[in-house]
Amino acid sequence: MKKNLFCLVIALVLLMGSVSLAQDVVKFGIAEPMTGDMAVGGELCWMGYELALDENPTVLGKKIELVLVDNKSDKVEAANAVSRLIEKDGVVSVFVSYGSGMAIPGGEVANKAGIPLISGTATNPLVTQGKEWVFRACFLDPFQGEVMARYTFEGLGIKKAALLTDITQDYSVGLSNFYKKTFEELGGTIVSDVKYNTGDQDFSAQLSQIIASGAEALFFPGYFGDVAIIAMQGRELGFTGQYLGGDTLHNPVLIDLAKDAAEGLICSTFFVEDEAFLKLNPEAEKFVQKFMDKYNELPNAVSVLCYDSYNLLVDAIERAGSFEPEAIRQALVATDNFQGAGGPITFDENRDAIKPAVLVKCVNGEWKYEASVNP
Amino acid sequence: MSLTMLLQNIVNGFSLGSLYALIAIGYTMVYGILRLINFAHGEVFMLAPYFLFYSSMIFVLPWWLSAIIAIVLTALTGMLSERIAYKPLRDAPRISALISAIGVSFFLQNLAIVLFSGIPKSVHRPAFFSKLFQFGEIRIQSTLFASIGISIIVLSLLIYIVYKTKTGLAMRAISKDIETSRLMGVDVNKAISITFVIGSALAAVGGILWSLRFPQIFPTMGTIPGLKAFIAAVVGGIGSIPGAMLGGMLLGMSEILFVTFFPAISGYRDSFVFIILILILFLKPDGILGTKTQEKV
Repeated sequence: MKKNLFCLVIALVLLMGSVSLAQDVVKFGIAEPMTGDMAVGGELCWMGYELALDENPTVLGKKIELVLVDNKSDKVEAANAVSRLIEKDGVVSVFVSYGSGMAIPGGEVANKAGIPLISGTATNPLVTQGKEWVFRACFLDPFQGEVMARYTFEGLGIKKAALLTDITQDYSVGLSNFYKKTFEELGGTIVSDVKYNTGDQDFSAQLSQIIASGAEALFFPGYFGDVAIIAMQGRELGFTGQYLGGDTLHNPVLIDLAKDAAEGLICSTFFVEDEAFLKLNPEAEKFVQKFMDKYNELPNAVSVLCYDSYNLLVDAIERAGSFEPEAIRQALVATDNFQGAGGPITFDENRDAIKPAVLVKCVNGEWKYEASVNP
Repeated sequence: MSLTMLLQNIVNGFSLGSLYALIAIGYTMVYGILRLINFAHGEVFMLAPYFLFYSSMIFVLPWWLSAIIAIVLTALTGMLSERIAYKPLRDAPRISALISAIGVSFFLQNLAIVLFSGIPKSVHRPAFFSKLFQFGEIRIQSTLFASIGISIIVLSLLIYIVYKTKTGLAMRAISKDIETSRLMGVDVNKAISITFVIGSALAAVGGILWSLRFPQIFPTMGTIPGLKAFIAAVVGGIGSIPGAMLGGMLLGMSEILFVTFFPAISGYRDSFVFIILILILFLKPDGILGTKTQEKV
């Protein structure tokens, strides 16, 4: 009898505990690639969310719980992961950051379900297009191409540029097209426009063509591994002009692979762990300090953007004063000059972040802040 | 188009072609003797620079010694793969061994991803191999001379082994008729093992030279060069060593010259090259230097 009573008490306590827990907890869903090809990216995202949770563990008096589901670097899994989070876990909002390929199907599911979804790092225009529930904390591929073209022409005073595009990657083709358009509108000339395929290792013919065209700059938005080889072969064949690229190049591995050939390369990105940049951005400086304290390593652009996505959502929920999806969505739309670690964020009519691009340059084997270019 | 650019691209074509040629020799040799297309050749090729990378990184060995160790280890891997994956299938239909070879290829590639991770690694180049020779406006990488020099050495060694030694005699006998050779007392297993050792060592030399020319290694680096070398071997006439060299040169040169003459459509480089090769095979189904082989019934 005594034993039964004891069990009953325990059961009651547990029941009350779980009831009170359910009332005090609000769930944020995360669907990132924790395994598969893009596992490295998923890990970087998680570091950003985790840090943001440590710092802002509650919203409107409720404890925030992160529910992480692995999307296995797979498009179909990404859609499943988002439905699971919404239907089974009852999350108020979802984050799908790494890889446009996963953010597009994930966004479709959230859009149908009417749950806000924020993508921290997906740069493909299709991620938010026509989906009023989907937001993003970074700028888009076309914007990067434009920024780099403007910087080449106005910042560096270069009038003749060459393009080397990876035709098997939408990212590369998109950036090159917008670079070309903007550069020509400004009055510059694209003297050579040559192509390659991902995984090619010999670029000697394309580079000889570029050198013969008299280009003063070469824009090569592509996978950093391929670009490292291009940069080296270019210097070997005698190209002396400026190297320029997109955010995929902002990566310590590129410098390690291309060595001296990376020297002077400029690319657009979201964030750089360089003092000159941090001084201008107090939010970024605070972030770097917190990141170093927690993980004992330097932060990267991916973690920064995921960290900002989380804080964007908390900010919107606070302004909305409710967990109602529609209220959160409207608060997100109304976001005005949110001070993120990766720069201020305001959403445009497509729910894409309007924020300045950060240009970085490789100096003595390290990425240094070069300039910020406003939209 | 300027003359300098044309000349530079001819040099570029030689440089790429000589590498294809070196890899193709290994392919063609194994085929010539066993009538087996060793699809794992590209993966064996990829392992050599990794072995070199780790032996010079972890054990801090001098470069030349690491290179020798890498060649030996790669040759052993090749031999081991033959023992495990092809030997039990020696009496099975030829297609079974071919499928098994594809399996070995996937296995080695995935093993490399697990062991070495997918992130590319940069390769240290000894001073000689990063040197450039400049003739007027034309620049030549020292790897071009190295690959031509090494191809000549390798070729003479190969000819010596195949035509002047007893093992070579055994190999040639096996290539004609494996059953009869066995009846005549030839140690077939030993001769086949040696064939694989030599073939894999050739892949290793090719892999190391490739990584010196394109100083970056990653687990899938062998796929495309392996495929190109296979095509080079087929176009040259599979089984024929001079054919493999010719095929490799032709492939490298046409890739480069296509981009030279049609820069606007340079993205179609591989498609164009493959069209040319299909045309060649239409005209000469056995390859340029291939001999018509009569299948015995």
